[in-house]
Amino acid sequence: MDLFEYQARDLFEKHGVPVLAAAIATTADEAEAAATKIGGKVVVKAQVKVGGRGKAGGVKLAENPTDARAKAAEILGMDIKGHIVRTVMIAAAAPIESEYYLAILLDRSNRTFLVMASVSGGMDIEEVAHTAPEKLAKIPVSAVDGISAAKATEIVAAAHFPADVAPQVADVLVKLWEVFQAEDATLVEVNPLVKTKDGKVIALDGKVTLDDNAEFRQPDHEALIDQAAENPLEAAAKEKGLNYVKLEGEVGIIGNGAGLVMSTLDVVAYAGEKHGGVRPANFLDIGGGASAQVMADGLSIILGDKDVKSVFVNVFGGITACDAVATGIVQALELLGSKATKPIVVRLDGNNVVEGREILNKSAHPLVQQLDTMDGAADRAAELAAK
Amino acid sequence: MSIFLNEDSKVIVQGMTGSEGTKHTRRMLASGTKIVGGVTPGKGGQVVDIDGHQLPVFNTVAEAMGVTGANASVVFVPPKFAKAAVIDAIDAAMPLVVVITEGIPVHDSASFYAYSLTKGTTRIVGPNCPGLISPGQSNIGIIPSDITGAGPIGLVSKSGTLTYQMMYELRDIGFSTAVGIGGDPVIGTTHIDCLRAFQDDPETKAIVMIGEIGGDAEERAAAFIAEYVTKPVVGYVAGFTAPEGKTMGHAGAIVSGSSGTAQGKKDALEAAGVKVGQTPSETARLLRAILGR
Repeated sequence: MDLFEYQARDLFEKHGVPVLAAAIATTADEAEAAATKIGGKVVVKAQVKVGGRGKAGGVKLAENPTDARAKAAEILGMDIKGHIVRTVMIAAAAPIESEYYLAILLDRSNRTFLVMASVSGGMDIEEVAHTAPEKLAKIPVSAVDGISAAKATEIVAAAHFPADVAPQVADVLVKLWEVFQAEDATLVEVNPLVKTKDGKVIALDGKVTLDDNAEFRQPDHEALIDQAAENPLEAAAKEKGLNYVKLEGEVGIIGNGAGLVMSTLDVVAYAGEKHGGVRPANFLDIGGGASAQVMADGLSIILGDKDVKSVFVNVFGGITACDAVATGIVQALELLGSKATKPIVVRLDGNNVVEGREILNKSAHPLVQQLDTMDGAADRAAELAAK
Repeated sequence: MSIFLNEDSKVIVQGMTGSEGTKHTRRMLASGTKIVGGVTPGKGGQVVDIDGHQLPVFNTVAEAMGVTGANASVVFVPPKFAKAAVIDAIDAAMPLVVVITEGIPVHDSASFYAYSLTKGTTRIVGPNCPGLISPGQSNIGIIPSDITGAGPIGLVSKSGTLTYQMMYELRDIGFSTAVGIGGDPVIGTTHIDCLRAFQDDPETKAIVMIGEIGGDAEERAAAFIAEYVTKPVVGYVAGFTAPEGKTMGHAGAIVSGSSGTAQGKKDALEAAGVKVGQTPSETARLLRAILGR
């Protein structure tokens, strides 16, 4: 899960990373009140989970609370690369002398953690990495050892931070490691980390990505989910414990196993090229060992998607038993009754396939048709969606 | 021949007394795997009867190895306790640890992987993987043993069900070993480790490599193939239609910016001389053409 800037800022504050006073606002009134409370000049910042908001006019300096109100009114509701601004952060303005960059992230390639640090912060760090790689220090961090004060000092020296800020930056790095580890983050980025005119080092903007797998030990993280952005179908699927992603297409997809479902989407998209360009409408993985109930839940979600014109159920039974899948399809259709109107193409193979096919043959539901191969079934589902 | 496991593999099941552990111990026994015991902290001393097999339960992996001579372990412990279980196995210098558990926080897997490197005596497969099978010899994990038999194909895949699908497509030819390495961001055994082992295994005549979006493991594997592998390799990559920024089921399956795309991986593999199929079935046909079957 990616966090908003203000959520990242709050996590930084919780773990002692120096940040500026700030508050969030969803209306111009609230923005004025927040600016009054903070006092002096403030910065009004659009809260969107996408880069380039500054260039898009989503960050504005305000001289006083009245000005903050006006600036917030301009920014709220703005569309930044398809993201509607619903919240702004009002933050104290700081007189900046220098801008740096600091990040801790998961380095998948090397299966370890990595610190990236640069005294050339502020601008696009990918640009720095590309044009002046020597200005971006990359130092691996062992998941076993973490970042001690000594390790932080070593990293800060390797990145050539000036002597007057080095101890402060090292201290920030140790605290960022605490954020990274204690919050089960896979990315903690500060850009820019600034030195103010009075010599203080402050995290001015931050990005944090949290590991969804750690939910069981991070009860506070649930409150960070952006409910407004959740697709209603995705929310309904989540409630049922289903792994579902809404896409823009016409063929509803249900399968078992992430890899097979991804592959099913691709195969349907290829088949769709011959049928007016129809595309998969969703990703839905019912997982290993899925029961009839899970299948029925999944099918109900898919059939509730108004974009869906046909459904493709593609299951290779490893642990999942094909008879349970078939029973789930039959049950879901009984439950939905006349509300089920879309054709369902089913391809079953693997564990208990004979029993599974037999259950569907016996039920002889007019909407259901079975095909033997994945490619053939994808083609039929695409053809039906194109009608 | 086979890679990483064979008919002499003696396997203990960590988490055998749990429902998943018991279910899959039964399946592994039925497929001929030599299961010699289980480990559940606090339940040491018990003996569990699974389909007539009297299996001793131990508190630690070290004890289990001492008594049974086990040389492989399979982990069915829930995410919360998985890190402790794997560390226990590493501390005992267990040569092969196959972590089936799905949903382990990446801080935990990064931690036990890093720890395994400091000891240097344990190969980890997974986590979040279906395990590995050498048909007719041994089956460690949850791959169905009745899809196909022994043969000349080596298979390495991030995805469980695509592994099964591919074994099914090529069931008349058979496999030396099929390894499901898992779809998490940090995994113990990579495509490259398997490609190297298949290249060095005299019984493996051709290799199928299945990848998916996210990370750069396939690109790295492509570079390794160009440098080291002389046996024919066919490839398949899932996730061409996956949009940027959406995690597709596996924690590692996410396209961020231009990195981790299926097209990038396909291009890299083809540049290394790997024939890449557009669908699993087409990939199977490419392999058949190479083997002349």
